[in-house]
Amino acid sequence: MTDLTELTAPTDLPEPVSFPQDRTCPYHPPAGYDPLRAARPLTRVTLYDGRTAWLVTGHAAARALLADQRLSTDRSRPDFPVTNERFAAVRNRKVALLGENDPQHRTKRRMMIPAFTVKRATAMRPDIQRIVDELLDAMIAQGPTADLVSAFALPVPSMVICALLGVPYADHEFFEAQSRRLLRGPKAEDSQDARDQLEAYLGELIDCKQQSLGEGVLDDLVREQLNEGALDREELISLAIILLVAGHETTANMISLGTYTLLLHPERLAELRDDPGLLPDAVEELMRSLSIVDGLMRQALEDIDVDGTTIRAGEGVIFSAAVINRDEDVYTAPDTLDWHRPTRHHVSFGFGIHQCLGQNLARAELEIALHSLFDRLPTLSLAVPAEEIPFKPGDTIQGMLELPVTW
Amino acid sequence: MHTEIHIDKDICIGAGQCALAAPSVFTQDDDGYSTVLPGKEDTDDPMLREAARACPVSAITVSDRAVG
Repeated sequence: MTDLTELTAPTDLPEPVSFPQDRTCPYHPPAGYDPLRAARPLTRVTLYDGRTAWLVTGHAAARALLADQRLSTDRSRPDFPVTNERFAAVRNRKVALLGENDPQHRTKRRMMIPAFTVKRATAMRPDIQRIVDELLDAMIAQGPTADLVSAFALPVPSMVICALLGVPYADHEFFEAQSRRLLRGPKAEDSQDARDQLEAYLGELIDCKQQSLGEGVLDDLVREQLNEGALDREELISLAIILLVAGHETTANMISLGTYTLLLHPERLAELRDDPGLLPDAVEELMRSLSIVDGLMRQALEDIDVDGTTIRAGEGVIFSAAVINRDEDVYTAPDTLDWHRPTRHHVSFGFGIHQCLGQNLARAELEIALHSLFDRLPTLSLAVPAEEIPFKPGDTIQGMLELPVTW
Repeated sequence: MHTEIHIDKDICIGAGQCALAAPSVFTQDDDGYSTVLPGKEDTDDPMLREAARACPVSAITVSDRAVG
């Protein structure tokens, strides 16, 4: 027994930290990640299923590796690293863009980019402002208390992505609920069933559009790609799922967690009120600091050297945005919110070929939503003590489960 | 010295980071690809190198070239 212990547990190596962990404060990385923050640019972590993987923790290494096409996003390989059981249950389902390597990824990305340029996001601003204003009108009329998640943070991006894609907002309760089950279960079967339901729903919507074309991005894809044979129905459904789910869940979490964070940093909020010109930089700094998508997954296709450490072909590589975005070599006092720091090069939208397609739309939504919320409701505050407000567990996109506010 | 900007459209993914970082130099064409605004081909805009660094796929190269 003693011999076996000595063989399997060498004393000179620290026990790998488990990843992911639940946050203790919703806008800071878990305290349990402190050893990871001290181990740059990469270290080993233990996953939920007992396997280990590399965790990239350094900013420069993260940018280099996220842009390195020797790392694959093909989740269907059995040794691809997954961070929870729900994800494992749907790993063999096709994930357009994010689950594809070039050249397949490139073909689809090129179909999508005209709809997501900086210019298109700017052109959508009046529509976003109208959606935000109407939701605030309704919330204020029902007030002076509200759950900001259900009254504002979720419907803003949900309405915007519906208008952009050509998905009827009348179906929002259905697709929001299925997106929630896909990403958060709670059981693995919930994620599988949610994926089935979203496939069936979007398949039916695409069939309807083939009969009668409208003006959304999905209509354009039917007209220009499906009808021309460049995409088949299954590929278009998979693309529609990622556009719809990624298009509302992420931004909703940034609005709710961003609002919570601002309310707990009154001096930073006052600075923004005094100078709304700081807003674009504040949105970037919130993106950096909150790192709501924490744990992008890849697998090495070849041996890769990182500052003298070798990632072997076949090994799993995970990127912790929360740790990378607080690299002291890049950001001075990284745990502090600072609208004046150069914050642009955070990796919260990813980096490399998979960098977020909707990032310019997300920036426009966040700027308009946060500005209008605090402009219309200057006395906005939490309706219950901050520590009583529930937030999401560590193995999914970070954000508030609810946000009781008053004004 | 003049500056020369080269955009590799074969690898551009249309993220728009260049147009965001240096909007007086870069824009995106109708297909979403990065392109230099007319007349800005040899600019010395201070944000130029920042825009090149922001590109997630290193599609932008900025080089100094001697004139004459």
